[in-house]
Amino acid sequence: MQANTEHIGIDTGKPLEQLLEKIADHKGCGTSSDGGKASCGSSDGPADMAPEVWEKVKNHPCYSEEAHHHYARMHVAVAPACNIHCNYCNRKYDCANESRPGVVSEKLTPEQASKKVLAVASAIPQMTVLGIAGPGDPLANPAKTFKTFELIAKTAPDIKLCLSTNGLTLPDHVDTIKAFNVDHVTITINMVDPEVGQHIYPWIFYKNKRYTGIEAARILTERQLLGLEMLTAAGVLAKINSVMIPGINDKHLVEVNRAVKSRGAFLHNIMPLISAPEHGTVFGLNGQRGPSAQELKALQDACEGEMNMMRHCRQCRADAVGLLGEDRSAEFTTEKIDEMSEVVYDAETRKAYQELVESERLEKVAAKEAALAEMSDDEVSDIKILIAVATKGQGRVNEHFGHATEFQIYEMSSAGSKFVGHRRVDLYCQGGFGEEETLPSVVRAINDCHAVFVAKIGGCPRDELKAAGIDPVDRFAHEFIEESAITYFKEYLAKVRSHEVVHEMRGDADIRQGAYISAA
Amino acid sequence: MAYKIIASQCTGCSACEPECPNVAIREKNGVFIIDPKKCTECLGHFDEPQCVAVCPVDLTCVIDNAFPRYVAPV
Ligand code: SF4
Ligand code: SF4
Ligand code: SF4
Repeated sequence: MQANTEHIGIDTGKPLEQLLEKIADHKGCGTSSDGGKASCGSSDGPADMAPEVWEKVKNHPCYSEEAHHHYARMHVAVAPACNIHCNYCNRKYDCANESRPGVVSEKLTPEQASKKVLAVASAIPQMTVLGIAGPGDPLANPAKTFKTFELIAKTAPDIKLCLSTNGLTLPDHVDTIKAFNVDHVTITINMVDPEVGQHIYPWIFYKNKRYTGIEAARILTERQLLGLEMLTAAGVLAKINSVMIPGINDKHLVEVNRAVKSRGAFLHNIMPLISAPEHGTVFGLNGQRGPSAQELKALQDACEGEMNMMRHCRQCRADAVGLLGEDRSAEFTTEKIDEMSEVVYDAETRKAYQELVESERLEKVAAKEAALAEMSDDEVSDIKILIAVATKGQGRVNEHFGHATEFQIYEMSSAGSKFVGHRRVDLYCQGGFGEEETLPSVVRAINDCHAVFVAKIGGCPRDELKAAGIDPVDRFAHEFIEESAITYFKEYLAKVRSHEVVHEMRGDADIRQGAYISAA
Repeated sequence: MAYKIIASQCTGCSACEPECPNVAIREKNGVFIIDPKKCTECLGHFDEPQCVAVCPVDLTCVIDNAFPRYVAPV
């Protein structure tokens, strides 16, 4: 099966009918996945989640690792205002050339935003979710946020709405959120203790007054937790984002995890602080470092017993469009949207496409379960290894090492395979300069892995990976990731038993320092 | 008397606009400006000028000395 990587651009001036034909041609392919045996996040499906919750999140690319291979989301930036200040955010930062979280280049009016949503939904039938996530706090400018939701609910009722907020004004808006049928809200909660909070938030603007220090943090945490309780009571799904800031809230986040779980949050996404001086954030300028890959994983593991952990967050741009890790926002600029005449919303095509996706997903789940059953026959061992995978999606090992901008990380144990995250890297294969400098950074990004699965790899990076102790594996090219990983792991265990190899833990790995602008 | 917005500092985030009790703030070419005839420095409304308090960039909303200080009507 071929990956549907063909970009259906609307920049070519083609009439919409032609585009839809193109979609029709392509909709039979590109939806396969191995179903993701990750026990992280909500990816396990119904087993670890209440059925009514699973029903809500199964098609949500941001909440379900498994769904993000099939379904796309888009963000629109309609409300860039914010009412608090975070030390990891620089509200001045806005660059069109980089794909970074929270960064957005175009502010839209609610009318432009809803037209854009219709255009994207018609061109990308797997687009199921619209989020308003910043930059800024959508609830600092509720009029624009809710106007956008209202317009979309009218014209495209099958699109799920979600919003991300810092929570300061959340309690005031829970009724409206409920009324607009917003079924997912993300609150960024970095602390439940004002002593900790004062080091993260220099000020908040609340009830016509600017508060600073401990008082600001105390008001913020009270409002966030109240908002969360109210969402839970209203039956709205609440996810919590937390930014892990070593030395400030890293240990404290276990407590945050407990606090939000007890108030009904269904998913907790702990993200690494990303800060560099050139981002101009307070943390960037004062040299606050982000966590290493091992520190992040250890914290996520520590919280996992408490509740679902989300591990596939890619900290998307606030105007991202398309499947996770495959941003198509450039195809849908305001200029292009404005040029389009009336957009016809084709609910039928969308429905047909999504039904196809569902049936393929079920097949993949069955295939994976078969592979797992085999696995459990193996001798039980407490050895665990990490495997990095270069993939374009569809659950397959289908990316060239040199073309990978991220690696998916699977943890292998005798319990099976478990998706534990992804690592962004700079393109190794840029042709010409820079390759020498890039390779060591790729190695650092996956340095905790024993092997890297690729569709193809050149001789030179192969040797360097080997020298670094990472096994480059290309024999699973285009096969399913998890089946391949299980096969590899079984062979690895056999080699350890026959003393052909000595099992050793790998070192730590770096998290790439892209800018981290907005967590709201 | 009024506050003004230093255009080169303004990020155009729009946070100030809805906070102004006098609807003195509006967008112009991607940045926000204050109509000095409408601005009352928030006197009689709030303890702090709202645009100053909410603006994420310090020293962007500042006193415009070209106008005499506003005196709240008694
Ligand atoms: S990170 Fe979000 S909540 Fe914090 S200052 Fe930036 S926009 Fe506001
Ligand atoms: S000082 Fe007050 S009245 Fe004047 S522009 Fe700012 S918010 Fe409006
Ligand atoms: S709050 Fe400050 S940065 Fe934002 S629009 Fe107003 S003056 Fe500009």
